[in-house]
Amino acid sequence: MDQSRIRNFSIIAHIDHGKSTLADRILQLTETVSEREMRDQLLDSMELERERGITIKAQAVRVHWKGHELNLIDTPGHVDFTYEVSRSLQACEGAVLVVDAAQGIEAQTLANAYLAIENNLEIVPIVNKIDLPSADPDGAAAEVVELLGGKGEDVVRISAKTGLNVDQVLDAIVERIRPPEGVADAPPRALVFDSSYDQYRGVIAFVRVVDGRLPTGANLHAMAMGTDFEAEELGYMAPGRMPVDALEAGEVGYVVTGLKDVSRLRVGDTLTLRKGGAASPLPGYKDVKPMVFAGLFPTDSDDYPELRDALERLKLNDAALFYEPETSQALGFGFRCGFLGLLHMEIVRERLEREFDLDLLVTAPNVAYNVKQKNGDWLEVHNPAEMPREIEEVQEPYVRAQVIVPKDYVGAVMELCTEKRGRFDHMEYLSERRVLLTYDLPLGEIVLDFYDQLKSRTRGYASFDYDIAGFRDGNLARVDVLVGGEQVDALSLIAHRDAAYERGRLLVERLREEIPRQMFDVPIQAAIGSRVIARETVKAKRKDVLAKCYGGDISRKRKLLEKQKAGKRRMKQVGGVEVPQSAFLAVLNLDGEKKKQ
Amino acid sequence: MTAAASDVGHGAPNGAVRHLYVHLPFCVHRCGYCDFVTAVGRRDEHSGYAAAVVAELERERSWLADRVETVFVGGGTPTFTEPDALVVVLDRLPAGDELTVEANPETVTPELAMLLRDHGVTRVSLGAQSFRPALLEVLERRATPDDVRRAVHTLRGVEFDNISLDLIYGVPGQSAADLDADLSDALALEPEHLSCYELEAKPGTRFTHAHGAALARQAEALEGYFERVVRTLTGAGYRWYETANFCRDDDRELRALHNLGIWRGADYLGVGVGAVSTLAGERRRNLPSVGRYVSALAAGASPPREVEHLDAETRAVERLMLGLRLDEPVAVGGDDAAGVLASVVDAVAVARLADRGLVELVDDGIRLTTRGRLLGDAVTADLLA
Repeated sequence: MDQSRIRNFSIIAHIDHGKSTLADRILQLTETVSEREMRDQLLDSMELERERGITIKAQAVRVHWKGHELNLIDTPGHVDFTYEVSRSLQACEGAVLVVDAAQGIEAQTLANAYLAIENNLEIVPIVNKIDLPSADPDGAAAEVVELLGGKGEDVVRISAKTGLNVDQVLDAIVERIRPPEGVADAPPRALVFDSSYDQYRGVIAFVRVVDGRLPTGANLHAMAMGTDFEAEELGYMAPGRMPVDALEAGEVGYVVTGLKDVSRLRVGDTLTLRKGGAASPLPGYKDVKPMVFAGLFPTDSDDYPELRDALERLKLNDAALFYEPETSQALGFGFRCGFLGLLHMEIVRERLEREFDLDLLVTAPNVAYNVKQKNGDWLEVHNPAEMPREIEEVQEPYVRAQVIVPKDYVGAVMELCTEKRGRFDHMEYLSERRVLLTYDLPLGEIVLDFYDQLKSRTRGYASFDYDIAGFRDGNLARVDVLVGGEQVDALSLIAHRDAAYERGRLLVERLREEIPRQMFDVPIQAAIGSRVIARETVKAKRKDVLAKCYGGDISRKRKLLEKQKAGKRRMKQVGGVEVPQSAFLAVLNLDGEKKKQ
Repeated sequence: MTAAASDVGHGAPNGAVRHLYVHLPFCVHRCGYCDFVTAVGRRDEHSGYAAAVVAELERERSWLADRVETVFVGGGTPTFTEPDALVVVLDRLPAGDELTVEANPETVTPELAMLLRDHGVTRVSLGAQSFRPALLEVLERRATPDDVRRAVHTLRGVEFDNISLDLIYGVPGQSAADLDADLSDALALEPEHLSCYELEAKPGTRFTHAHGAALARQAEALEGYFERVVRTLTGAGYRWYETANFCRDDDRELRALHNLGIWRGADYLGVGVGAVSTLAGERRRNLPSVGRYVSALAAGASPPREVEHLDAETRAVERLMLGLRLDEPVAVGGDDAAGVLASVVDAVAVARLADRGLVELVDDGIRLTTRGRLLGDAVTADLLA
C-alpha cells in the first residue's frame, strides 16, 4: 500500500485504564473480527496476561478504516519492559494515550508518554470510561493538557466499554498521525520490535519495514546478531496470521524465520537482505541486561531436571530471561536467574509454577553489583554469597523513580524515599491535587519492599515507575548468616553499612522464630566478615516422645513417626540443623517486620 | 529377640504366639482423658461378654503356643467386671508364666484380691494416677489416695509380690512440687514396677475439649517433668527400662514381660472388643462395639475387625521404633532380621546422632542415651532412612 495511506500507532495506558478494551472495540468497529469471533481482550493471548490485566508480549494487528491501513502495535504495560516498549514505539509514528476518567494520569502512563515524546511520536490523547459515575473527564483532560500541552477539546472522550466515540479515535489517528516516510526503493531495513516462538515454525519476528521491500523467501540478515535465515513466510496479523508476498516500506507484519532459538534474533535488531543489504542498521539497538537476580530452587530436589527443562522452554519465548546453574549448600541444585525487574521475576515464577507445575523456592531478590577487586579487576556479582570479602569498591544500580501521589501523601513518600537512601531530584504539581515526585533510588532498595511500603504508606494512592539510571558507588557490606555455626549461603545479603547492623539483627530474630526447636541448641548469628553483629539461640527441646506405646498403639505411633519423618524431609538440612523453607524467605520481609513493631 | 522378630509371614495359625491380651471394657465411669475402648455400667451384659471373649479365645487358640509366656488382662477396669464373669474368663486362659490384671484401687477388696490370687494372677497393675485429690478430680478418677494405699496393702496381704502402679503427670494445674509429692507417695508403697505417663490430650476426648488449651499453655513447663520423673525414680533404685516404665532393680526379673515381648517385636494375640493382635505380618483390630462383638460370637462368627497388612519394611520400622524405647540395644545388621532393620536405618544419621550424644553404638546394635530417650521420637524419626 502507498505509504500515505498507512498509519502505525501504539496505545499507551496504565494497567486497567482500558487499553485492551479499546483494542477490542477497534477490531470490532473495523470488522477485523466478527462479533462471533470476538473474544474479550483478544490481544492478550497468554492466560496469565489476561488474568493480571497486563500485556506482557507486544503484538501487532492490522485493521482498515476509511481507505487507510492502520497497524496497531501493542506495547507491554510495565516498566520492566521499557526497552521493548521503546522499540514498539520506534515502530510507530503516533500513540494513543489512554487516561482513565476517574483515576487521571498515573506514573506508568507518564513514563510511557515521555518515551513516546522522546521517540517523536504524535500523541492522540483519550479520556476513557466517561460512562462511569465517578468519572471526571474534564479533570482528566486538564491533566493531559498540563502534561502534553495542546487544547482540552483535542482530547477525545470515549467509553471503550460501550463503544461510545471509538470511531472518533480512528478518525483522529488517520487525521493527526503522520504517515511513514521510508525510502521505498532503498535496500530493505526492518526493525524487529518483538518476537515470539512457535513450536512448529520457530522464531516469529514482528517487524516494521522502514525502507525498501522484504519478499517471501528472501535470504535475510539480522545486522546486530549476525544471524542469517530465510523468510519462510511473511504476512500481517488480522488478528490471525495472514500471509502476503512481501512487506513494503512503512508496513508492519511478521516474518517466520525457522530459527529454533529466540536469543539469535533480539528485539531492536535490524533485518536486511543477506546480499545487497543495507549498509547501516537502524539506530537504537541495545543488549538488554538483567538487573534483578534471584535463586530458583525446586522444593523437591528431584524436580531439578524439570526446572531446567522449563527454563529452557521459557527462554525460547523470553530473550530477556537469564539463568545459570547455582548450587547452594542449603537449598541444593537450582538456578540463578536474572530478570529485567520484579514484575518480570513474578511472571517467570508464576509461569513456572502454573504452566510447568513446579513447586519453587525463590530466594530474596538482589541486584547486580559491579565490584572492583583488590587486584583492580572488575567483577559483576549476581549473588550476595559470591561477593568477595576483600574489595576495593562496589557499585550498585540506581534508578530514576517517579511517584505520583495526592498531595497529602507527599510527606510520607519523601520519608520513605529518604529511608531508602533516595536522593530528591524534583517535584511538580500535575494538578491542584496531584504531585509528581522524582527521586534517584538504589535499585537494591526497590527490590526489597519499596513498592509494598509505598502502597501501604499512601493507602494505595501512589503510582510508581522507574528507569535504570546506571551504576553508582555504594558503601555496602555483605552480611552473612550462620546457623549452628555454619554459614548459610542462601541467607547472605548485601546492605548499606549504616543499615547492616539493624538488618542483621532483624534477620536473626526472624530466623529464631522460623527455625523449630531441635534436639540441641542452635545458635543463629549474623556476621560481617568474621565480626558477629547479632546472635540468637533456638533452645533445645527437652522432651519429644510419646509416653505410652502398647500393643494397641503401634499403628498410630508408627503413623505419627512417619509424619514426623515427612516433616523433616520438607526441611532443608544446614549442618544437621533442620531449617524450614519459610526461613529462607525471612530475609524478604525484614523491613516490613520492623514497621509492625 | 531375633526369634520373636522373625515369626512372621505365614498368615495361618502357627501355634507359636506366646503373648495373649484380653480386653475387659467395663468401667464404672469413663474418665475424661481416656481413649481406650470402654463400656460404662451395664452389669447385666458382663456374663454375655465373658462368654463371647471365651468363644473368641477358642476360635483363635490355634495361634497360641501350648504354654504362653504372658497373659495381660486389661481394660476398661477388669476388676469392675462381675466376679462370676471375671472367673469365667480367668479360668479359660492358657497356662503362662506371667498373668497380669489391671485394677482400679477402689475395686480392690480382700475378696477380689483372693479371687485373683486363687485364679493364677501373678501381677496386678493398679491405676493410681496421682495422690493429690485435686488432680484426681481433674482426671475424673473415683479412687482417693487412701484407696490406693489400701489396695496395695490388701494385695500384699494375700502375698502379691509383683505390683505395678500407674502414675500420670502433666495434669493441668500440677506443679513440680505436686509431681515430687506424687513420686514420693508412690515410692513409699515400694511397688515392684511403676508406669509413668505424661497426660496425652488425644483429639476427640472430652478432656482435650475441656483442658486442651491449658495443656498447650503448660507445654514448655511440662517438658522438664519427664526428666524429673526419670531422675527421681532412677535415684530411688529403679531401672528405667522403657520410655514410660520403671522396675525395681534387684535379682528378680520385674519388667512387665508382656509388654517387653511386644517392644521386642514378638507377635501377640488380642481378644475382646477393640483388642489388637499382631500375627504373622497382619495387624487386626476388633471393632469397638460391645453389642456387635457379642452378637457375632454368639452367632459363631468372628468379631467384626479391621486388618492391616504389615510388609517387611513396615515391620522393620516398628521394630526400630519399639526397640529404641528400651534400655537394651536394638540389633542392626548381622543376622537376617537385624539385616532388614539395617535397611531402614540411615547410617549417616546414626553417626551424627552419636556425635551429639543421643545414640550409642554397642556391638552390632544401637541404643539411645539418656538424653536420646527423652527425645526418643525425634531421634527415631531422624534415624529412619
